Amino acid sequence: MTKVSMTVNGRAVSGEVEGRTLLSAFLREGLGLTGTHVGCDTSQCGACVVHVDGKAIKSCTVFAMDVAGAEVRTIEGMANADGSLGTIQQAFQDHHGLQCGFCTPGMVMSAAALLAENPKPSEADVRHYLDGNICRCTGYHNIVKAVLAASGQDVSAVAAE
Amino acid sequence: MPKDHGIGASSKRREDIRFLTGRGVYTDDMNLHGQTYAVFVRSQVAHGRIKSINTSNAASMPGVLAVFTGEDFKDVGGNPAGWLINSRDGTPMREPKRPVLAHGKVRHVGDAYAAVVAESYAEAKDAAEQLAADSDIEELPAIIDMAAAVANASNRVHDEIPDNLCYDWGWIEDNRAAVDAAIKAAPHVTVLELVNNRLVPNAMEPRASIGEYFPGTGDYKLTTTSQNPHLTRLLVAAFVLGIPENKLTVVAPDVGGGFGSKIYHYGEEAVVLAAAKKLARPVRWTAERSESFLSDAHGRDHVTKIELACEKDGTFIAFRTETMANVGAYLSNFATVTPTFLHGTLMAGPYKVPNVYVNVKTVFTNTAPVDAYRGAGRPEATYSLERVIDKMCRELGLDPFEVRRKNFITTDMFPYTTPVGLAYDTGNYHATLDKAIEIGNVAGFEARRAASAKRGKLRGMGLSTWIEACGIAPSHLVGVLGARVGLYDAATVRVNATGNISVMTGAHSHGQGHETVFAQIVAEKLGVPEASVEIVHGDTSKIPFGMGSYGSRSLAVCGVAVTKAIDKIVAKGKKIAAHMLEAAEEDITFENGSFSVAGTDKAKTFGEIAFSAYVPHNYPLETLEPGLEETAFYDPANFTYPAGAYICEVEVDAETGKVDVVAFHCADDFGNIMNPMVVEGQVHGGVGQGIGQALCENTTYDDTGQLLTGSYMDYAMPRAGDVPFYNVDYSCQTPCTHNPLGVKGCGEAGAIGSPPAVVNAVIDALHRGGHTHVKHIDMPVSPSRVWQAIHG
Repeated sequence: MTKVSMTVNGRAVSGEVEGRTLLSAFLREGLGLTGTHVGCDTSQCGACVVHVDGKAIKSCTVFAMDVAGAEVRTIEGMANADGSLGTIQQAFQDHHGLQCGFCTPGMVMSAAALLAENPKPSEADVRHYLDGNICRCTGYHNIVKAVLAASGQDVSAVAAE
Repeated sequence: MPKDHGIGASSKRREDIRFLTGRGVYTDDMNLHGQTYAVFVRSQVAHGRIKSINTSNAASMPGVLAVFTGEDFKDVGGNPAGWLINSRDGTPMREPKRPVLAHGKVRHVGDAYAAVVAESYAEAKDAAEQLAADSDIEELPAIIDMAAAVANASNRVHDEIPDNLCYDWGWIEDNRAAVDAAIKAAPHVTVLELVNNRLVPNAMEPRASIGEYFPGTGDYKLTTTSQNPHLTRLLVAAFVLGIPENKLTVVAPDVGGGFGSKIYHYGEEAVVLAAAKKLARPVRWTAERSESFLSDAHGRDHVTKIELACEKDGTFIAFRTETMANVGAYLSNFATVTPTFLHGTLMAGPYKVPNVYVNVKTVFTNTAPVDAYRGAGRPEATYSLERVIDKMCRELGLDPFEVRRKNFITTDMFPYTTPVGLAYDTGNYHATLDKAIEIGNVAGFEARRAASAKRGKLRGMGLSTWIEACGIAPSHLVGVLGARVGLYDAATVRVNATGNISVMTGAHSHGQGHETVFAQIVAEKLGVPEASVEIVHGDTSKIPFGMGSYGSRSLAVCGVAVTKAIDKIVAKGKKIAAHMLEAAEEDITFENGSFSVAGTDKAKTFGEIAFSAYVPHNYPLETLEPGLEETAFYDPANFTYPAGAYICEVEVDAETGKVDVVAFHCADDFGNIMNPMVVEGQVHGGVGQGIGQALCENTTYDDTGQLLTGSYMDYAMPRAGDVPFYNVDYSCQTPCTHNPLGVKGCGEAGAIGSPPAVVNAVIDALHRGGHTHVKHIDMPVSPSRVWQAIHG
């Protein structure tokens, strides 16, 4: 076991990990941050996406030790300071961008990374960027709509072709 | 102005707050003091005889607390099939025991035959690997292909079942001769052989279970990823482990999608409970996705020959089908009803066809069990019908819209009894077709096709007009048909002393939004704010005995139970109000949350009545019990029959064979709508899954029974870039006639109606592009299949 330290959602944390402990496991089991979900074992589904030093990564694909000293942000760190939903979270609720909620944390984290890179993405940009996040409930319609809305774009005409 | 509150409002979902902030609590999110970890040892061969399992090495490894094999469970009950189906000759289906852990033989890759429990997950996993190495399993020839399974009597999935046949079912057998004669005499017969591809449900939350045992009381608790906790409790307690039902609590907390795969009881649930008792510590298990692919119940997997007999003008005379349905290695709980009564009874569609006969042979193979997956039998029926109708239209040069119109049951014909035994109560199939044509701008198709052609793409349009039977189910009817359970549902409405309300439902929400929508109904009926209503579900120690959520039944069955309980609350409230207001009970009216004496200004608020019920100082105690809590069970009089028309437009790249769905229009009739936002979301999700089935998803076993599509790198789940925005309309509403909410159910519609619309659109595109030799392409209509068909 080795001690690892990092900053998670603005808070300095540390814990004992094995070499093989994944970041997702450290967050969930070590820190009790169970909002980060694990939906597959091949780095495909994206339910475990978190930000490491501002970049979206799949936390099931890096070892906790590899991100020692990094700034990590998880879904638990996405609300506003007063506890209200952040812009992207609120857009997901407003546009019914989630159903069972399991893929949702990863979707929100990926969406946040997209909008940081590309503040006014097109529909195609959103669909392309979310290629690494699988949702089985929504057919993606309302997720794409929510991300476009979170970017400040008018989505009132979506699907009213 | 759309409503902003109560029935018909698009109320935002309250459950979203916890899901969006990472505070949902799914089974694997729980941490229990003293918890231990189970890992299952799964067969690596499709078919094998277990010669020996040496557990001693694994048992002595670091952290290992217990090892279980099939031997430990050989004397407990099997996981039963929920429906008894009889063959055409009247003999009952073959029903092999499904053990908790495989015993004697392993029957599919992933079949669990042992389990290890250890202090940590890593230790359990290491020991499970050792146990696999110490297992001597003699590989037997795998039985994978259904036709070969039936033909080869010497090679058996279950030694006691000689031809691997579960049953040979005919519906309706007495009509067979008449249907045969009608087809023989018909002016035109279209024949189509097709495959309804095998799918893996792939709820994004893998299955997980935690067993607990409390030695002080002898109580057990199972926390598990279930769509129906009471049914799971009944199965585990009464059928498998023999625990008194009242000593077992089953909790299905936040559940990350189900789509059918979490209806069923699985052996892992029994193992964690038995292990928890043995160790007197919590035992937890969470599937890896690879285990989900190997061991979750799969869906579909039919091979069908369908014949459509008609007049030269397209008037239907008869449908006749022969289907082989793959049930996998064991009978999962709904596996026998899915290809029969959930499939054959829908084989008349929304059409006034006089002759229908359905034959289904259900076959055991060395593959994972197959059971109900979103739509369950109805997508298979719809796909067969809508594809053969499309083929017939091409053969006879008829317009597919007009052929549907000509054959639809008309509004003056309801109630309408089909030749396959259902009694449709209401509908308006012409209205949904007209609406689809309108919202799909069918008139503008030619211009869109020309624009696509300029970009080098072949554009096609496909139609599907679908119907389903939801609101499962009238118990008396399903009992006659072989169901071993009732299919009512239940709700308890508890008005608390301070006037807020707790509603305990038998239905379980795993994405559908019950916590919001049921609260809307209660708020509307009782004239209280939605925020004062709490929906409690998923915990058998809190909720009444209901049958859970599947088959688009939550609203149409449990939602009605909620309204029935509310009716009782209002009736009791009137008695209390009559006493307090010194008026006759029959003079009390209840409206907008207020009990008043008709024709006067005397009134009591709902809150005042509730308070009086719990502080009964001025109360008719001699004739009325205090308290304000009512339970209702509701058993539907009939199924509900949502229906609709879907139009899909695709662009095909003839050079690569790639298909893009560029537009998808849904005109649905769900009866009355409780929350339009949620309804649209349900349709979106269903259509997304249907497009997945049509274009990319497939479950492939090789000849030795190895699953070639066992991860998201091999099994093509639809991604955001594979689907368009969907255009959903639900304005055609013929309310259900036999439930007081007038609701029909919307959860499965998208998955039922969409696959044939997509495939019909692809065939249309190819024909318009001159590739008229292409009569059919099996799903998934992948680029390679399209390319091969073009160059066929």
